[in-house]
Amino acid sequence: MTSLFNGLLVIVLVMNLFALGTSRIHALIRIVASQGVLLGIILLLVHRHLTIPAFAVAMAGIAIKGFLIPAIMLRALRQAEIKREIEPLISPLASIMLGAIATAFAILFSGQLPLVDQNDGALLVPTAIATVLVGFIILTTRFKALTQVVGYLVLENGIFVFGMLLIEAMPLVVEMGVLLDLFVGVFVISIIVNHINRAFSSLDTRRLLLLKE
Amino acid sequence: MSLELIIIAIVVAAASGWPGLCLGRASVWSERIAAAMMSAAAVVGLAGVVAGICSDARESSGFPWPAAGNSAIGVDALSAFFLVPVFVIGALGAIYGLGYWPQRLHPGSGRKLRLFWGTLVAAMAVLVVARHAMAFLLGWEMMALSAFFLVGTEDEREECRRAAWLYLVATHVGTLALFALFAAWRHATGSYALQPVASDALGLAQMNTLFLLALVAFGLKAGVMPLHFWLPGAHANAPTHVSAILSGVVLKMGVYGLLRFLSLFPDPPAAWGGMILTLGMISCLLGVAFAIGQHDLKRLLAYHSVENIGIILIGLGLAMLGRSAERPEWIVLGLAGCLLHVWNHGLFKSLLFLAAGSVVHATHTREIDHLGGLSEAMPWTATMFLVGAVAICGLPPLNGFVSELLVYLGLLGTLATHGGSGSAAAVAAPVLAMAGALALACFVKVYGAVFLGSARTEACERAREAPATMKGPMLFLALCCALIGTVPVVVGPLLDRVVATWMSSGYRAHPELSSLVPLRAVTALSLSFVALVVVIALMLERRGRAPSRSVTWDCGYAAPTSRMQYSASSFAQMIVRMFRGIVRPRIHDPAIEGVFPLRGEMHSHIDDAVLDRLLLPAGRAVREWFGMLRGFQQGLAQHYVLYILITVLVMLSMQIPIARVVTRMFER
Repeated sequence: MTSLFNGLLVIVLVMNLFALGTSRIHALIRIVASQGVLLGIILLLVHRHLTIPAFAVAMAGIAIKGFLIPAIMLRALRQAEIKREIEPLISPLASIMLGAIATAFAILFSGQLPLVDQNDGALLVPTAIATVLVGFIILTTRFKALTQVVGYLVLENGIFVFGMLLIEAMPLVVEMGVLLDLFVGVFVISIIVNHINRAFSSLDTRRLLLLKE
Repeated sequence: MSLELIIIAIVVAAASGWPGLCLGRASVWSERIAAAMMSAAAVVGLAGVVAGICSDARESSGFPWPAAGNSAIGVDALSAFFLVPVFVIGALGAIYGLGYWPQRLHPGSGRKLRLFWGTLVAAMAVLVVARHAMAFLLGWEMMALSAFFLVGTEDEREECRRAAWLYLVATHVGTLALFALFAAWRHATGSYALQPVASDALGLAQMNTLFLLALVAFGLKAGVMPLHFWLPGAHANAPTHVSAILSGVVLKMGVYGLLRFLSLFPDPPAAWGGMILTLGMISCLLGVAFAIGQHDLKRLLAYHSVENIGIILIGLGLAMLGRSAERPEWIVLGLAGCLLHVWNHGLFKSLLFLAAGSVVHATHTREIDHLGGLSEAMPWTATMFLVGAVAICGLPPLNGFVSELLVYLGLLGTLATHGGSGSAAAVAAPVLAMAGALALACFVKVYGAVFLGSARTEACERAREAPATMKGPMLFLALCCALIGTVPVVVGPLLDRVVATWMSSGYRAHPELSSLVPLRAVTALSLSFVALVVVIALMLERRGRAPSRSVTWDCGYAAPTSRMQYSASSFAQMIVRMFRGIVRPRIHDPAIEGVFPLRGEMHSHIDDAVLDRLLLPAGRAVREWFGMLRGFQQGLAQHYVLYILITVLVMLSMQIPIARVVTRMFER
C-alpha cells in the first residue's frame, strides 16, 4: 500500500517540476489539472473505510480541479489569445533547479518533524511542502495573470496533500469550503483576466503597478 | 423623572440634524428645524437638570445592553452641573448658527455641520450621565468624532483639514490612554462600573498608574499645557460657534472626566494635588504668554482657553491637596472655584468666540492687524466683546472675578496653616495674579486693535452689524455673566451640593461656601465698582472734553494711511519680549539697503512650543527612518509572495538542526 502511495506521490512531485519547466500556458494548465485528478485518486486510496461523503468530496475535487477549473482557464486563455509565458523572471531550467532544491529541502525538513509512526515512511509530508514551495516559486517568478492563478492552484494542491494527513480529523465541510473558495477564486480571476487584457493590452501583472497611488 | 427628561433631551439633540438631511440642499427649513430641536432639547434637558438637583436623589438607571454593562447611567449633582453648559451652549450655538452659517450661503457644509452639532451635544450629555466605563467611552468617542467632523467643516481648506487631522490624532491618543485607564480600572477593582472604591482596595502603585493615565487622557481633551497642541489650530479653523462649544464645553469634558475619576479614589496622595496644581500654573502662565503674541483672533482666544483650564486645574489641585491634608475648607474653596470657573469660562469664552465670530462674519478675516475701528460699525458686537473681555480678565463686576476670587481665597487660606504643604500651594496665587494681569494686557490689545482706532482695511469699513439670531445668544451669555458676577449668591447652594457630592466618599461635615466667602459682599463690591465707574464717566462727561481725532505721529510722512496705526503686534511686543525665552517669537525683517530702499516686508509669528518645536520635528525624523523601508513596498504582488516565501523558509529552516545534519552526513 505504502509503495503505491509513494509512487503516486512521486508522480505528483515530477508534475511539479514539469510545471516549472514548461513555458506554454496551455501545457501548464493541463499539468495542474492532471495533478488535481491524481490527488483526488490518492484521496480515495487514503481512506481505510470509504464513506459516501468522503467519496463525494473526492469526486467533487476531481471534477472541479481536473475539469471545471481547467475548462474555465482554457476558455480565458483562448479569449486572451496568448500562448506562452514570454518573459519569466528566471529561465525554465533555473526554475526546475529551484524546484529540485525546494524538493530536497522539503525532504530534509520533514525528516526533522516528529510525525506519527503511521506516516513516517510515506512521502506525504515532503510532497506537501515541496508542492507548496513550487506554488510559491511559480507565483513569484511568473507575471502573466493566468500563470499566477496556476501558482495558486499548485499551492492549494500542496495544502490538499497536507490535509490528507488529517483525513480522519478534518471535517468534510472544510474540504468542501476549500474547494468552493478555489472554484470561485479561479472563476473571478478568469473574468478579470479578460478585463486586464483589454485595459492594459497585456496580461502582465506588473502593469497593474500603474494602479498604485 | 429627571433622568427621563435628560434622555429625551439627548435623543432630540442627536436627532436634530436628521430632518435637514431629508430636506433638500436649498431648503431653509432644515436649519430652523435643527435650531428648534436643539432649543427644545436644551429646555427639556435643563428641566431634567433642575429636577435632578432639587430632588437631591441620586437617580440611576440602565438599558438592557449587556455588552456595555447594561449601560448604567445616572444623574447626581456633579453630572447635573456639567450638563448645564452642554445644553445651554448647545442651544445658543445652534441659534447663532442660523445667522453665522446659513444654509443659503453654505449649501455644501451646512447640513453636515448641524448633524454633527446635534450628535456632539448628545454625546457629551451621554458622557456626563454615564456610570459605566463602556457607556462613558461610547459618549467620549462619539464626542471626539463629532468634534472632528465639526472642525473639518470647511474641508476644502488645506489648513482646516490639517487642524482636523491633528485633532483626531490627539483625541485618539487620549482615547487610547482612556482604554488603558479602564482596563487598569477593571483589573484593579474587578468591574467596569464607575463606583467609588474602598480606601484599602488599591495599592499605591495601582492608584498612581490610574491617576497618570487619567491625567494624560483627560488632560489631552482639556488642553493642559504640554498636551494642548491640537487646540489652537482646531479652534482657529472651525466655524466660530463650533470653536465656542469646543472651548466652552468640550474642553470641560476633560475636566469632568478628571473630577469624576478623582472622586472615586479615597485618600489621594499629596503628590496628585501638587501635580495638578503645577500643571495648572504652567498652563495658566504659558497659555496667556502664548496668547499675547498671536495675530489670529481665534487662535488668541484658543490660547486663553489653555490659560483658563490652568485656573480650573489650580482650583482642582487645591481641592486635591485639601483631601490629602484633610482640610475641608481648602476642598470647598478650591473645588467651588474650579467648578464655578468651568461654568464661567463656558459662558464668557463662548461669548468672546461668538463676538469674534460676528467680526469674522462681517470682515472675513481673523487677522487682528487687518481689523480696526469696528466699534462704530458694530456697536453691539463691540459691547458684547467688551463684556466677555472684562469677564475673562477676572475683573468685577463680572463672573470671572467671582470664581478667581474663590481660588485666591483658597490659595491664600493655605498660608494660615503651619508648614507642610500649605505654604507651597500659595505659590500659585502670584502666578494666578500675573496671568490675570497679562490677560488684561492681552484683551486691551485685542479690543484696542479690533474695535477702536480707525478701520485698517476696506472690509472693516464695509462691516455690518450681525443679524438678530447672532445677537440674541450673545446677549443671553452676557446677561448670565453679569448675573453670576453681581449676584453670586444664586450659585452658592448649587456649588455646595456639587462639592458635597464630589467628596461624599469619606467626608463628614464640611463648611458651607457662604461661611467661607462673603458672597453678599461681592455683590456690594461689584455694584459699588459699577457705581464708581459710572461716576467717573459722568465727571469726565461734565468736563466736556470731547475726544480729539488725529493721525498717529508718522515721522513727517506726507500721505499716512489707516494701516499706519499703533498695531496689535507693537502693543504686544514688549510683553512678548519679556517671555521670549519660552515664546520664541520669530521675526523676519526686510533687508534695508541704500538711501532709497526698495519695497520690503516684515512679518513675525510665534510657533507653538509643543507642536512646532517638538512633535513635528520628531514626526519628520520618524518618517525619514521609515522612508528607508519604502523600497520593500513596490506594490507588486510577486514581491509580497516572495516575502511570505522567505519568511516561511526561514522559519522552517530554524527547525532543522543544521549541525547535527552535517555531522551525520560526514559520519560514513
